[in-house]
Formats: sequence, C-alpha cells, structure tokens
Amino acid sequence: MNAPVVFEGIGASPKRKEDLRFLSGRGNYTDDINRPNQTYAVMLRSPHAHAAIRGINTAAAAAMPGVVAIYTGGDMVVGSLPCGWLIHNKDGSPMNEPGHPPLAQGKVRHVGDIVAVVIAETRPQARDAAEAIAVDYEVLPAATSMAAALAAGAPLLHEGAPGNVCYDWHIGDLAVNQAAFAQAKHVVEFELVNNRLIPNAMEPRAAIGDYDRTTDQHTLYTTSQNPHVIRLLMGAFVLQIPEHKLRVVAPDVGGGFGSKIFHYAEEAIVTWAAARINRPIKWTADRTESFMSDAHGRDHVTKAKLAMDEQGKFLGLHVSTTANMGAYLSTFATSVPTYLSATLLAGVYTTPTIYAEVKAVFTNTVPVDAYRGAGRPEATFLLERLVDIAAKQTGIDKLELRRRNFIPADAFPYQTPVALQYDSGDYQSTLAQALKTADWDGFEARRKAAAAQGKLRGIGISTYIEACGIAPSAVAGALGARAGLYEVGAIRVHPTGSVSVLTGTHSHGQGHETTLAQLVTDRFGIPLSQVDIVHGDTDRVPFGMGTYGSRSLAVGGSAMVKAMDKIVLKARRIAAHLMEASVDDVEFDRGTFRVAGTDKTKAWGEIALTAYVPHNYPIEEIEPGLDETAFYDPKNFTYPGGCHICEVEIDPDTGHTTVINFTAVDDVGRVINPMIVEGQVQGGIAQGIGQALLETCSYDADGQLLSGSFMDYTMPRADDVGTLSVATHETLCTHNPLGVKGCGEVGAIGSPPAVINAVVDALRDYGVTHVEMPATPAKLWHIINSGRRAAAE
Amino acid sequence: MYDFEYHKPTSVADAVKILSADSDARPISGGQTLLPALKHRLNKPTSVVDLSGIAELKGIKRDGDKIVIGAMTRHADVANSAEVKAAIPALAQLAGSIGDNQVRNRGTIGGSVSNNDPAADYPSAVLALNATIVTSKRRIAADDFFQGMFTTALDAGELLVAVEFPVPEKAGYAKMKNPASRYVMAGAFVAKTGGQVRVAINGAAACVFRQAEMEKALAASWSPAAVAGVVQPADDMNSDIHGSAEYRAHLVTVMAKRAVAAAG
Repeated sequence: MNAPVVFEGIGASPKRKEDLRFLSGRGNYTDDINRPNQTYAVMLRSPHAHAAIRGINTAAAAAMPGVVAIYTGGDMVVGSLPCGWLIHNKDGSPMNEPGHPPLAQGKVRHVGDIVAVVIAETRPQARDAAEAIAVDYEVLPAATSMAAALAAGAPLLHEGAPGNVCYDWHIGDLAVNQAAFAQAKHVVEFELVNNRLIPNAMEPRAAIGDYDRTTDQHTLYTTSQNPHVIRLLMGAFVLQIPEHKLRVVAPDVGGGFGSKIFHYAEEAIVTWAAARINRPIKWTADRTESFMSDAHGRDHVTKAKLAMDEQGKFLGLHVSTTANMGAYLSTFATSVPTYLSATLLAGVYTTPTIYAEVKAVFTNTVPVDAYRGAGRPEATFLLERLVDIAAKQTGIDKLELRRRNFIPADAFPYQTPVALQYDSGDYQSTLAQALKTADWDGFEARRKAAAAQGKLRGIGISTYIEACGIAPSAVAGALGARAGLYEVGAIRVHPTGSVSVLTGTHSHGQGHETTLAQLVTDRFGIPLSQVDIVHGDTDRVPFGMGTYGSRSLAVGGSAMVKAMDKIVLKARRIAAHLMEASVDDVEFDRGTFRVAGTDKTKAWGEIALTAYVPHNYPIEEIEPGLDETAFYDPKNFTYPGGCHICEVEIDPDTGHTTVINFTAVDDVGRVINPMIVEGQVQGGIAQGIGQALLETCSYDADGQLLSGSFMDYTMPRADDVGTLSVATHETLCTHNPLGVKGCGEVGAIGSPPAVINAVVDALRDYGVTHVEMPATPAKLWHIINSGRRAAAE
Repeated sequence: MYDFEYHKPTSVADAVKILSADSDARPISGGQTLLPALKHRLNKPTSVVDLSGIAELKGIKRDGDKIVIGAMTRHADVANSAEVKAAIPALAQLAGSIGDNQVRNRGTIGGSVSNNDPAADYPSAVLALNATIVTSKRRIAADDFFQGMFTTALDAGELLVAVEFPVPEKAGYAKMKNPASRYVMAGAFVAKTGGQVRVAINGAAACVFRQAEMEKALAASWSPAAVAGVVQPADDMNSDIHGSAEYRAHLVTVMAKRAVAAAG
C-alpha cells in the first residue's frame, strides 16, 4: 500500500469523513429507522407542575381506532431511573435520593412528567387516543423556584426529601478559610445567578424498542451519547435485563450537548412495552416535548466572597451555592454543582484556601443535569466576574490582578486546594496572545469612536481553566461516581491492511469519524480512506462509557493508542519472523517495518496479510490475526485553559448588544485536526454567547414553562455571534499518550464571563457592578434608563 | 394535526362559496401561521381552502397613484418588486424584513393583513399608508379594518382580495425585533401622503394603532427630532418575558424616530 500523498495524520485538517452523509441527507438517525410491524408511542404528559393523580380513565381511548395498548404507572411497576453519582452531606450522611418512576406513580412533579403511554398503529392515532384519556388530577401547590422550594411551608415534592433538599455538601477546610478572611485587606462579596438553559439539540430525542421473543433479545435504538451506559443503567436498574439480552444502538445523533447522556423514561418505556406487545415501538419527541422533557442545564444561585491582601493577592475564596435539581435526579445531576464545579474554583489562580458549600434543591421543574461544560461554566462565570469586581473595588487593573494571581508556568504539576492537580498550562502566554489578537491596547480609541456615534463599547476578558477528559475511575469513585470512567478502543486490522476502529465513545457532531481515524493514519501510515470508526452499538463495540466531558480523544483516543501499541508490537514480531531478525531490531514508522540500520523492510499490508494467512508464521509463539482491544483509565483529568476576550457595543436607545469581536486563545493540548477544533470552539462560544446574551428558561409561579418554544426561547443565530477569532496555544497534557486535553467545552466555559465583563465595561458610566445573564435588550435598557434618570435627578 | 377536508378552488367566487357554507372552514394562503397552529393541534378546521390556485389574487401593479398588491403575493415578491421599490421603498424594505427566506417565500400580504397578528409587519404599513382593503364583497378603509388582536372587519366567508396603497411622498419603517421569535417587538411606520401624516405602531400593543401625538408633531415638522420628545404612554403596551410595557413604550418613540430618519 502506498503512503498517502496528502498528509492526513495528526495536525492535518482533512475534510470530515461524515459530512457527505450528513450534508446530503443520508444520515441514519433513530427516527429514520423503521422496524417491521412497528407501532408508535405517544406520551401523555402532565399539564400541571404538581398534582396527585386520583384516577386515570383509559377506556374511551383504548377503544379508538388503531390503539394497540395503553399503559399507566399502575401497569409499569419497574425500577427507578437511577442517579449515577452519590453525594454526601456535610455530616457524612448520603443524599436524599427519591425514586424516579418512568411512568408517574400517583403523583406528577413537573409539567411534562409522563402519566401514560399510548401505543397505536400510527402516530396520529396514538395522539388522538392520548387526548381521549381522562386523568383526574388534584392540583397541588407547586414550588417552581429554589426560593419557593426552600421557603418555610413549601410544598413537598418527595416524602424522602424533607425541605425539598437533596443534599447539603461541602468541600474545603472552613476554619482555615475563615482565618484567611480574618487577615484580608480587601474582601469582595457578591451574589449571582447562573441562568437556566434548555439544550435544544437539532435532533429531538427518539427511541425505538424492539423485542425478539424467540431469543428473548431486547433492542433499544436511541438518541444517546453513550449506548453502553444506557444498557447498564436501564438493564441493571430499571428493567432487570442482563447485558447479553439487551442491545442498545445509538446511530447518527444530531447533537447532544450533554442532554443525551442521561437515561430517560421514554427509553425504558418503549423497551418494556415492546416486550409486552411483542411489536416494535417508536417514539419521537416533537420540539414541544423536547422543551419540557430534555434535562435542562445550569440554574445555580451563588454567594461568593474573595479575600485579598494589600497587593490583591488572593488569600481565600468562600462560595455558597444553591443548585436546582428539578423534580427528579437525572443521571449525573448531583455531580454537576459539586465535583464538576466546586473543584474548579481555583481557576487559574493560586488561591490558597477555598471553601465551597452546595445545597441541591428539588423543584417542580424539568430535571436539570449536565449541559455543555457542566459545572465548569458556572465556576468560571463566578470566578471571572469576581476577579473583575475585585479589580474595580481595589483599583488594581483587571489584567494586572489576574497576572499577579496566575499559577506560574513553572509551578506545574500544581495542586489546588479543591482536590484537583493541574498537570500543565501557560496562562501568561495565552493571555498575551489573546490581548494581541484582540488589540486590547487599541480599545480605548475604539471606545471613543463608538461613543461619538452614540454607542457604548465595552471589552471583557476571561482567563479560565476547566477539567475534562473524564475521568480517573478511582478518583471519580472516591468522590461518589457509581461507574468507572475509562474508555475502550479496539483496533481491527483487516487482512488487506485496512482498519476498523471500535470505540466506546460516541460522535454526535464532534467529527470523531475523522479525528479518531487520523490517529490511525498517523500511526500506521495508511490513508484516511482505509480507516473506519465504528461506534454507537453495544453489539459491535466491546464496551464503552460514551462521549461527554470532552473525553473522547483524551480517554477514548488514548485507549486507541494503547490498542495500536499492541498491534504494532505484534506486527513487529511477525515482521521480525519474516525478515529473520530479532524483534528488538525491527522498527516501525508509518507503514514500514525495517531492520534497524539495514535496507530490509516489510510493508504494512504484507504484515497484515501474513497475520491472516499464516503460512510462514511463528505460530508457536503468536496467534494469527491482528485485532487488539485496550481499556484506558486516565491517570488524571485534563486541564484545557486559555483566554477569551469579547468586545461589544450596546445601543443605549434599545439596549441591544452587538458582539463586535470575540477572540479565543485556548490551550487544548495537542491539536489533532485544527479545522475541527476551530469548529468545536466556535460552537461552544456561540452557546456561551447564547447563555450570556440571549437564552433563559422561564417558568411562571404555577410551573408553566413560559419559554417553551423557539417563539420565546432565544437560540443564538449567526448574526448574534459576531466575528470569532479562534486560535490555540499548546502545552501538552503530561499524562496521556497523545498529549491532548479536549476542546469540546472550552468555548462554552470560557466565554460567558468575557461577554458579561464586556457588557459591564460598556456600562461603566451607569454605576453597574454586575448584569445577570442573559443581558437582554430590555434588561440593559432598564439599567441604562435608570442610570440616566439617576443622573438627571 | 387533525384531519380536514382540503379544497383548492381556482376563483375567489368558488373560495367564498366554500367558506360561506361552513363557518369552521379556514382559508390558507402562505400557511406561515395556520400550518404551525394545525401541527400543534391548536386549530381544528373542518376544511382548509387553499388560495394558491386563484390567479386573480396574485400580482403587483401600479394603478395611477396607487400600488395594488394581490392578496396571494408573497413577501419576497413585494420585497423584490421594481414597482414597489420605486413607488414605496419603505414597503419593499418592510416586506424584505419579515421572518427569514423561507417565510418570505411562502408568506403572503393577504394572510398577514387578514390575520392581524399584533407582532406582524404589514398592518403598520396598511394603516400608515392609509391603504384600502379590497375584499370579495367591498372596500374597507385601513382605519376601519384592524379591530383588535387577531380581529379585523372581515366577515365570515369574506376574503381579502387585494391591498391598494396610495403612493406617499415619504415613508419609512423601523422595528425592534423580539430576540427569540424575531417578530416585531415595537415598530413604527411613518408616512406623508397627500400632505397628510400618519404614524402606525405595531408590535407594542394588542393591535396596530395610530400614534396621534406623533402625527401632530410630524405634521408640524417632519424630522426625527419632532417625534423624539413624544412619550408613548405605557398603559396599553404589551408586557412579557422579553420586555416590559415601559420598555415597549420607549421603543415606540425610538422606532418612530428611526422610521422618520429612514424616510428622509
């Protein structure tokens, strides 16, 4: 096989292999799959935020045309949808963990909670029948905000969670922390909200349950980021189906952003019901259902205090957060405000003592769970707003204050006071590069020019770090994770030398079919077209933990490297046999095996063929075939970081903010495909700008979702995002074989505080310390208008 | 959606016949409002009468000092019409600012005006330009046509056939879009026609309305500064998660100012 003419290995930007399929409408999504004799399910959902179910009359509905079956909570008595992370209270007791039945058992706890499933020959028939079900609700008072849920005499959601509290957790040494504050010259205090978001993947969730009674085999096709995890959670905890009788397929998936990590009720319902009716059942959410049933994100309220000495060195940080869990515990909900957020509160700074406490609260709203960045955007927003406010309060320049407190580039590995040990980073360099790209020094002139046009210009910065590449299993386990977080890679070299990679990660927009294949191209020296990535099917891929927390390359790619190591070792032994050399003397470099210091070589294809046609073969020493599997458990998290700078212009007449420029310089470790990294960071920034300026989930006091469609939920559009300048500055991860850190979430983590810092900067003449997200036109106009009034009075 | 009968008549008379015989029948023009409502099962008509096969409802023509636009004319066609651009550029600009490409390629002026969505664009132009609504049975002055939220002077079974716009001396339109839906949050269409000034405000209240104070101010002096000092009372303004009544009232003045500036 010839070496590729165009370099397609690590560092190249070949076009994405998957795009021809996606852009020409040939993707194979869950809703595209149709099984013989398939039926359709419609979920009857609660219109009330909190109600007791006094009765359900399905008689009329059951008699309607095409109806195959109707099930309610009384029919489906199975296990509870499990929570994957156990958090302990300050006193060491475990969190309150009320059950989450797939079909409501006597009570509904949020608008959208599932009361019954109707299965019919067609979807319209199922929908007609669902409308004919009479549910006798006794409407109960609802607690739809955390404040309402924590108030004295608040309606109680779960008997097992007194006061609507899930847990009251903390990290850090409070006494040490208090001592730091006692010595402080400056203390900055403030409270902020991290606004609740609705993920809105382009493809709504869908699930098909299929059952073969001749083999007792269940198959679930589902829109999931982690099919093996769904098999584990649903099989072991909800339906008691052993792994060998349960296949989970997550085919092409149109975006997830975290919302498709979790095990959802609908998956269990169609799997369970398909076996009952012995026919396949398809359920596809419409957009309205997505709004009221996909796990939401963020929704924290935080009080923070920062202690500093005279020079502005950070002495201590104290953080108290209340975090909304929604009505039930979604799969990873409990870990988000705790181990995915509070552990990031050191940021890029040398703060010696940090104490954080988190109270998690049940409310009559959709469950809240991980959404792009998951906990880290919340920590970053808090810190980077706090630093700006501290700069203003102390009179120290905001860049200087950051520089004084940065962890120096020579201080790695760096142990933070909140459990994590950063392996590498260079915050001064990413800052310097971003300041230059954004022309920070020229801003004052641009501000004046804008002011002459009646516009308010502002510039904002965020220097951030995040922890991803989730996760060392033993560490995660010690912190309460109920699963291992390794990854699996299998490298299957075919007799002609082409390669199939079976990975336990899942691609739902990230471009793994290209990036992961580049690792193989780079190592084996075969063209990208000779490598296929197989993912998303528990029957094809040995095992896996899926894709979230920017882990696919750092953990999944590292598993592939380990498997490729095994392949190369075995191939060298075969080559050594053929060339009558010692294996120690056989070198391998991108497609060629060579006896060191000689011109004796063997090509990749020859060795592959020999492995499968072992006529001249060391059969006593090694087995035929070239197919290896590796499990990789990371030694540490990875720590991407960098600097984001946002420049905005506010129209004081309307309050509308225009993003003029957004500059990102991110250290994501080694870059495999620069084009894909740029796209990932752009997408993350768009979501960060969305959170900062546009998006928010609104409930009214009765628990009705006010932002329940795109008419009222503001998704970012291209013209909201402005001009993005995305660059990278590499320091290598020191503990994984690729040196990669991860790029999937940095955009969404680093950007919101840069945007809000810019907005606050633009409003410098209006006495503003903070603006809650999203900084909508109406909100900013009220600030500007009251500022004007104050000036006039 | 629920099942319904589908009709595609080829004349206004046939369409009116079907609509008059059944009060639960609904006409569909571009479908940009009715179709989503049907898909969400928010509307359950017995019949849907598709007006797209009626040739007499389509087209734009200049008729003396008027521009006449057929009810089934798409927003994109108005936006790109040489006649409209020459005679009433503000109207072409308004049409080109509605929704997105898909909406403009399907949505029609007749559908928009008949529906009278408070956040729609066209009603402001109809009212400010003192247009005449031509229906299947009569002519209705703009001032008499828009009667409240989603309510017009059209009787059951009466179809909007065309809108006649007198060509103004000056006209301008400006709007603030709702950040989520990008419908109008507050808009102002200002026009001077035959020496008469009319200012129509859309998006901000339950129904498009004329702003008398602004008309008076502009009649006295046609300039952005003339309306800048006119305060729109917040009392009847809409209020929702996107903006308070006070904010919308403020936007009315800002948009009026910008509309005058755009008109020149």
